Amino acid sequence: MDVFDTFLNLEVLARTWPLLMTGLWVTLQLGAASIVAGLVLGLALAMVRLYGPGPVRAVARVYIDVFRSIPLLVLLIVIYYALPFVGLRLSPFASAMSALTMVSGAYSAEIFRAGIEAIPKGQFEASAALGLTHRQTMGDVILPQAIRIVIPPLTNNSINVVKDTALASVVAMPDLLKQATQAQALAANPTPLIGAALIYIAVLWPLVALVSRMERRFGGAGAR
Amino acid sequence: MSGFVSIRGLRKSYGTFEALRGIDLDVAQGEVVCVIGPSGSGKSTLIRCINLLEPFDAGGEIRVDGTPVVAGRALARVRAEVGMVFQSFNLFPHLTVRRNVMLAPRRVRGTSVAEAEAQADRLLARVGIAEQADKYPNQLSGGQQQRVAIARALAMEPQVMLFDEPTSALDPEMVGEVLDVMRDLAGTGVTMIVVTHEMGFARQVADRVIFMDAGRIVEAGPPEAVLSAPEHPRTRDFLGAVLNH
Repeated sequence: MDVFDTFLNLEVLARTWPLLMTGLWVTLQLGAASIVAGLVLGLALAMVRLYGPGPVRAVARVYIDVFRSIPLLVLLIVIYYALPFVGLRLSPFASAMSALTMVSGAYSAEIFRAGIEAIPKGQFEASAALGLTHRQTMGDVILPQAIRIVIPPLTNNSINVVKDTALASVVAMPDLLKQATQAQALAANPTPLIGAALIYIAVLWPLVALVSRMERRFGGAGAR
Repeated sequence: MSGFVSIRGLRKSYGTFEALRGIDLDVAQGEVVCVIGPSGSGKSTLIRCINLLEPFDAGGEIRVDGTPVVAGRALARVRAEVGMVFQSFNLFPHLTVRRNVMLAPRRVRGTSVAEAEAQADRLLARVGIAEQADKYPNQLSGGQQQRVAIARALAMEPQVMLFDEPTSALDPEMVGEVLDVMRDLAGTGVTMIVVTHEMGFARQVADRVIFMDAGRIVEAGPPEAVLSAPEHPRTRDFLGAVLNH
């Protein structure tokens, strides 16, 4: 009984529920915005990395490696606490979204590249022989096929982005985790934290299950 | 004299290996040329140079209808005039058969949807698979896929058709249906350059047979002469090995 009163106090949970919901809304907004921006950045980086002129290609490669190496929390703190020293002061949302996008873009770029490289050479040759331009070859032939290959790993990456939004609470972003810690302080009870954990799981579990299913379906030997 | 397709001093090396060691060849408009030879003789490399799928060494020159085949702006124009059929079909698996045929006319020529669709259906009927238009390539047999590939290349109304061992990946019972389509095509006046191991087809359809070995043209002439009375010992050896099976 004591354990329930402490960790899953329904009365406390009901009282702090609205707070958790506003936090969840912020988390979802931040997650969605960063995912979309990361995908756009990732595709652009992958194109430059594969087909750009030499020097630009090298820059893309360095970018991708650097942003896959830097811990997200470190990047976030640099953006939020260090950039103001050079006059660049971003809101918590903008800081968090920038950090998430920059890192997610680097991972997405590698996923897109792997997907494009998995398309057989004959597809490029057939397109070239028909007189399609590079852009048409990408848009009409290669990317539509690569998308099927990259959807499972990109969904995985998106799950990571949503989870990593929790780091934004360290720059005073009123996301789900931040609201939960505040609610915990107000109620002098850890129930809101447990509630937040359960909400993260409830939101992400379906996506995790979806990825597993897609991987079973696309990854099997029967895949075309 | 220079042909509709004219090749001069064509060389191609991979590192120290020379795949093509100086090819001179003229193909007249409407001519059907079959290229035969052992694997590794450079015959596929030769026709892949004609639309620059394979870059060739400096010093060589290829012209199609007078236009030099070089990387850059003019290349897409040359490629639109030169159709190609591959050994492994290379159909677009995410598009239906009809869309496979429609894609290039739509994008490269700017043909309207209705017109491209009508043309695709006409071409698919011509290669005998009109009823498969709404299927996806992987639902078709190899022979049917290769006929779609021929229709797809024809949709650009090319002046020249290149065939790179079009029947080598097919089950034996499907070779005939593809060769039939090619034979019909040869009757329409399209210039054709065909890399093949089908000696019967070469004998019946070709205006000229070219035998290649080790990156060179060893012997060329009318099919009867090259296939029945070869002058060069290498040709005799090759034909002996091929025809005795």
